Amino acid sequence: MSRIQQLFKQKQNNVLNIYCTAGYPTLNSTIEVMEALQANGADLIELGIPYSDPLADGPVIQESGGVALQNGMTIKILISQLQQMRKTIHVPVILMGYVNPVLQYGFEKFCKDVAAAGIDGLILPDVPMREFETEYGAITKKYGLDFIFLVTPETSEERIRKIDKLSTGFIYAVSSSSTTGKDKNFNDVEVYLERLKAMNLDNPLLVGFGIKDKATFQSACNYANGAIIGSAYIKALQQNNDVKQATKKFLEEVLQ
Amino acid sequence: MINRTTILGQYKGTFQQPDIFGYYGHFGGAYIPEMLHPNVEELKEQYLKIMYDEGFQTAFRDLLKDYVGRPSPLYHAKRLSEKHNSTIFLKREDLNHTGAHKINNTIGQILLARRLGKHRIIAETGAGQHGVATATVCALMNMQCLVYMGEKDIERQAPNVARMKMLGATVVPATSGSKTLKDATNEAIRDWINNPVDTHYIIGSVVGPHPYPDMVARFQSIISEEIRWQLKEKTGSELPDYVIACVGGGSNAAGTFYHYLEEFSVKLVAVEAAGHGVKTGMSAATTQLGKPGVLHGSKSLVMQTEDGQVVEPHSISAGLDYPGIGPLHAHLYETGRGIFLSATDKEALDAAFELTRLEGIIPALESAHAIAGLNQLKLTPKDTVVICLSGRGDKDMATYMKVMEG
Repeated sequence: MSRIQQLFKQKQNNVLNIYCTAGYPTLNSTIEVMEALQANGADLIELGIPYSDPLADGPVIQESGGVALQNGMTIKILISQLQQMRKTIHVPVILMGYVNPVLQYGFEKFCKDVAAAGIDGLILPDVPMREFETEYGAITKKYGLDFIFLVTPETSEERIRKIDKLSTGFIYAVSSSSTTGKDKNFNDVEVYLERLKAMNLDNPLLVGFGIKDKATFQSACNYANGAIIGSAYIKALQQNNDVKQATKKFLEEVLQ
Repeated sequence: MINRTTILGQYKGTFQQPDIFGYYGHFGGAYIPEMLHPNVEELKEQYLKIMYDEGFQTAFRDLLKDYVGRPSPLYHAKRLSEKHNSTIFLKREDLNHTGAHKINNTIGQILLARRLGKHRIIAETGAGQHGVATATVCALMNMQCLVYMGEKDIERQAPNVARMKMLGATVVPATSGSKTLKDATNEAIRDWINNPVDTHYIIGSVVGPHPYPDMVARFQSIISEEIRWQLKEKTGSELPDYVIACVGGGSNAAGTFYHYLEEFSVKLVAVEAAGHGVKTGMSAATTQLGKPGVLHGSKSLVMQTEDGQVVEPHSISAGLDYPGIGPLHAHLYETGRGIFLSATDKEALDAAFELTRLEGIIPALESAHAIAGLNQLKLTPKDTVVICLSGRGDKDMATYMKVMEG
């Protein structure tokens, strides 16, 4: 059983997943940020690999990725940073990125190296389902990495069922059809989350996109096992140079 | 010749349309986040049905004839032929309404968007040619139009920005990343993610997720459809020895090659922009410098760092200044079906002045790259050559004036 699966076995409600960008705010802050997240109550960490063309991300996460790239972050450097990760980080850690840098590193080599460093799962939103089934899925499985797919309000029930079969770990429910960091009226989303909940999927559900504070986190938790916060946390880091302090303050506000 | 045809024989049927998953050989597909899936799936399900519907074809052909001014002439360039020791024909896409081949595709896609029930049109543009062609058909069809354009390109291409605005389009500056075409494309895709129901994205080249490369190639295939019968009228044969086109993303090349893709006796020559020179770090010659990768929703050749970050290309011609290439062209390159050349900024400028002085035609800088390709082929008096003159040079006058001022 993977670390992610163990987490959801122990905790079915109010699971908090926080997104952070590798190499942000400084090149070597990756582990420090994750330690602060863990210390202040994050159940799960989604670590973003910066990319020059992050299609699914809004301005805040794009900008953090741009800074990380300017700081010199690469997959090679990230993997070297991750070698020490499991000495202090005990929560599950998922890498989120785009497929192009992973293909350049070598998909199998990437899976092998990140799994060896203690990474638990991957979110690669531009890997198509068919290519996952025919090519990449066998590789992630070989290295014991969970693979997390996204579903949106526009995803058909048939496709959600198929995604549920292919996913391991959890399913990432995008709360509206949008890039990250967009404010949306949460009520519009409730109908869709209700529908997802009623489908009784095999995988746990985490809601992402538009979750930014205690109120939106709590609403999401009414329908799903938990939620993912990204842009709002990155903004908190932008506004306060002290990673520990910024993280503590941010998570206290969400979890109080 | 026999040898080449035999080798290519194994790829027969792989050029004119991708497989059902959108692949030309190893290239293509639909590498998109789930948020785009419904839009792209709808398009994939509908595009062929709509495009080959009789009513659609009639509307499309009528507009191409009466609005765009097709068929565009196939002109025997006698003095250019003499200079290059062969028989050269120019396919005059520069004479189309709005001054380039881009409008063939925007007419097709706006008709398609209407049939899909969309009300809002978005597009990306680099130099502004595709943006103008999109704004034009949106004015014609009374549809809302947003054109994403890199902040840097907005500064560099003021006349086209003004044309788009006069046509009623909103020009949205792309301020992310390198603030050029690549980023304008990212912003357009993000807009589409945020507006999945009412919006159609008119991509301007044979790039993007399946079915865009195939759809755009089909709309542009009118170019080679006409060349075949025009050439037959003029020479008695539909088949030239060479067909030459410039390639950035590759839409004019796809249209010019299309009805010759499976005619292996016809050599297809694609000319990329070498910029300052292929090895200078200031180039846009994607087949020479790119590696297989994923950009803007499809797998193709992509100019990128060792770490897989997409790099900013360079060309004097904004229309060729793109770090990728359509998956069809990547397949033509990989299989050897296409001959890929490159021309530097200087070679393109020289070719532009050569054509202007020999034939009285001022070409777009993009098309000048195709003309420059002539110097790299060993042509004989027996050879018939068709070059796609994809656009006119009005938009490039500022660059040409700088050259004349020395």
